[in-house]
Amino acid sequence: MVDLADVAPGFADATLESQAVFRLGLAALAQPGTIVECADFPKPPRGVHAAANALLLALLDQDCRLWLSPSLNGAVAGYLRFHTGCVLVGEARQASFALVAEPAELPPLGGFDAGSDEFPDRSASVIVQVGALAAAGPWRLRGPGIRSEARLQAAGLGADFLAQWRHNAALFPCGVDLFLASGSRLSGLPRTTRIET
Amino acid sequence: MQNAAPMFQENERREWMGLLARAPLALLEAWASRQPERAVSWLRRPESGLAMVRGRAGGTGAQFNLGEMTVTRCALKLEGAAAGVAYVQGRSARKAELAALADALLQTAARDAVRRELLEPVRTRLDADAARQRRKAQATKVEFYTLAREAGV
Repeated sequence: MVDLADVAPGFADATLESQAVFRLGLAALAQPGTIVECADFPKPPRGVHAAANALLLALLDQDCRLWLSPSLNGAVAGYLRFHTGCVLVGEARQASFALVAEPAELPPLGGFDAGSDEFPDRSASVIVQVGALAAAGPWRLRGPGIRSEARLQAAGLGADFLAQWRHNAALFPCGVDLFLASGSRLSGLPRTTRIET
Repeated sequence: MQNAAPMFQENERREWMGLLARAPLALLEAWASRQPERAVSWLRRPESGLAMVRGRAGGTGAQFNLGEMTVTRCALKLEGAAAGVAYVQGRSARKAELAALADALLQTAARDAVRRELLEPVRTRLDADAARQRRKAQATKVEFYTLAREAGV
């Protein structure tokens, strides 16, 4: 059981702030490669980046199944459970949302729910926290929402991830969508985005 | 997480949560007006919703849905002390706020004063209301066997 004395406050104004964060998340997914700032939102529990925290507070409700990577402890689970009412699951495959503390803890992307041909929209959304995020660097992004080419750097995601991402793209219209969070910075990687190096 | 021994038993808290949930707003306001200003922060601002009330016939039968009722809940934290939670009947945000404040104080050293000044008057009022309700119901009771006898069966 969670001791409420240890739970920090969530959004001060749940309606307006969650709408603002939703808009930012939408912008991040619609224009892959752009980085949006989620500043001025609640102080996250230890181990969670502000952008990831704000996004989860905005998106989760009692119909969502959340998977937390192993190093995110009970305090994070208690915080998100209290503020959103989401259901925690022990297996990545069962989750509709996942929060991954660092790239090293990212399970194989194939281990998440990729949706079905009838309902590809029901696939998992995975938030990966990275050490640094920059709109410049080695990754060249192409695909819907990008005029010609966008640049992105996400510290800690290497060649192995890129191979998994290519496999994820091959599942289209199924496949998982990714959010990358670093501090208060957020970027989206929808399943349609191709990454070249 | 601190594991200090709680200053109350779980069933004690269940009882006072029940009293606070049914307490008339007037009694809560009267109590609150005598309280000093306290710094509180919201964990969850008051929000109203529906809760399904379930029952069992005779307390043992199959579960059935009795109906939905309006419930307002909130959670707040006292400066440097316990967190208080309230789930109260109806849509009054103010009532939920005061009930949560009382719940938080009941977990602190101030609990005896809160018991004396708030819980006891609430209990007295609720008991009186229940007794009046019973009297009214009793007055309309029909003794069916009497009717049967008079009909000459």
